[in-house]
Amino acid sequence: MISSYTRYRRQIKLPEVGQEGQQKLAQAKVLLVGVGGLGCPAAQYLAAAGIGTIGLLDHDKVDETNLHRQILFGLEDVGSYKAEAAKKALHRINDQVEIKTYNFGLSVDNSTDLFNAYDVIVDGTDNFQTKYLINDAALKTDKPWVYASIFKFEGQLSVFNYQNGPSYRCLFPKAPQEDMNCEETGVLGILPGIFGVYQATEVIKIILGIGEVLSGKLKIIHTLTMQERIISFKRVEERIAAITNKALALESINCSLINESKTYLDVRELHEQPQPDNKNIIKIPLTELASRYEEIPNSTDIHVYCQSGIRSVKAINFLREQGFNNLINVEGGIQSILK
Amino acid sequence: MKVTVRYFGAIAEKVGKTEEELDLSVIGSDFQDFKNHCLSSYHIEDDGTLQIAINQELGLQRSLQAGDEIAFLPPFAGG
Repeated sequence: MISSYTRYRRQIKLPEVGQEGQQKLAQAKVLLVGVGGLGCPAAQYLAAAGIGTIGLLDHDKVDETNLHRQILFGLEDVGSYKAEAAKKALHRINDQVEIKTYNFGLSVDNSTDLFNAYDVIVDGTDNFQTKYLINDAALKTDKPWVYASIFKFEGQLSVFNYQNGPSYRCLFPKAPQEDMNCEETGVLGILPGIFGVYQATEVIKIILGIGEVLSGKLKIIHTLTMQERIISFKRVEERIAAITNKALALESINCSLINESKTYLDVRELHEQPQPDNKNIIKIPLTELASRYEEIPNSTDIHVYCQSGIRSVKAINFLREQGFNNLINVEGGIQSILK
Repeated sequence: MKVTVRYFGAIAEKVGKTEEELDLSVIGSDFQDFKNHCLSSYHIEDDGTLQIAINQELGLQRSLQAGDEIAFLPPFAGG
């Protein structure tokens, strides 16, 4: 084990950090919601900088398609929980950091207890519903959270709920129907790398109380042109009050099916979005199909869908082996059957 | 009476460019009319989630002036 002073000497040398700042980092507790493209680089620099406690929350396991951007993971981690694999990698960088792992997703039930145990929340999620949940739980628990989102070659960064600053709902009051994630649109690994590191920078500024925290401002970078913009926005009191005055709830992403009378089988995981509200949808994730296929009727035509039409084919192949002959694949995935 | 319009995220994809110059003397300086003009020119439906900044500031909705920069900012959630 190397001494703390040696490890952090180069940053302690900065007058803005110093011994006192290093002590603040050591006492800080930072929760990362999502340990993927944004969460990995953020966690890496936060651990290296000597953040005392890092919480890693992710329901997901490492997949080979993650490796080009989720740089804490290697081939040997494929199939392991992301939080556990990240903990191992972070401890290799800095064994003095306490790392807590949560191998489940953020929910209405667990978010306030989790947030209460931390000082700053980092958003490494890839869907609107969880971003709104982070925002609302952060408002309820009065925690600042560091937001980033990416789309193809472009990214957004901001800090919400910082010292009575604006919230995510002050910037984007309404969730769009469509969730476009990296799985569907594609992404260069570098982009979440850049933004995850920006997020770590804001976390450290918040903890140390230095510089100007990006509150009330949205930073946008387009990496193909390297054009940057900082957009200002204000706190909207009624949007904040609408959240603080009611119980925490999931943001509903409004969507409905083109044909409401057909019977559908949704083989996506239950957290995946969007979720059309329709009683004719049977929801059994592909991972549970082997134990639950008897819940599926074989008397009527059933249209099987997932996000993009790949898992639905696997589901149909499996179900045909079990004797089902009433299944139709929705080739274009969920978006192709929505209004 | 030129203004610069910048498009971000999926809006830039639909428009097919990230910026353009438009002439207020042709389109008019009313904020809402200008927004509708840009959206309808590129067949973009406003689902109410799009935010528009004037000179890097949201929530202004004032009449446009020559030299303004108008930014169309859709939310996105990738990560």
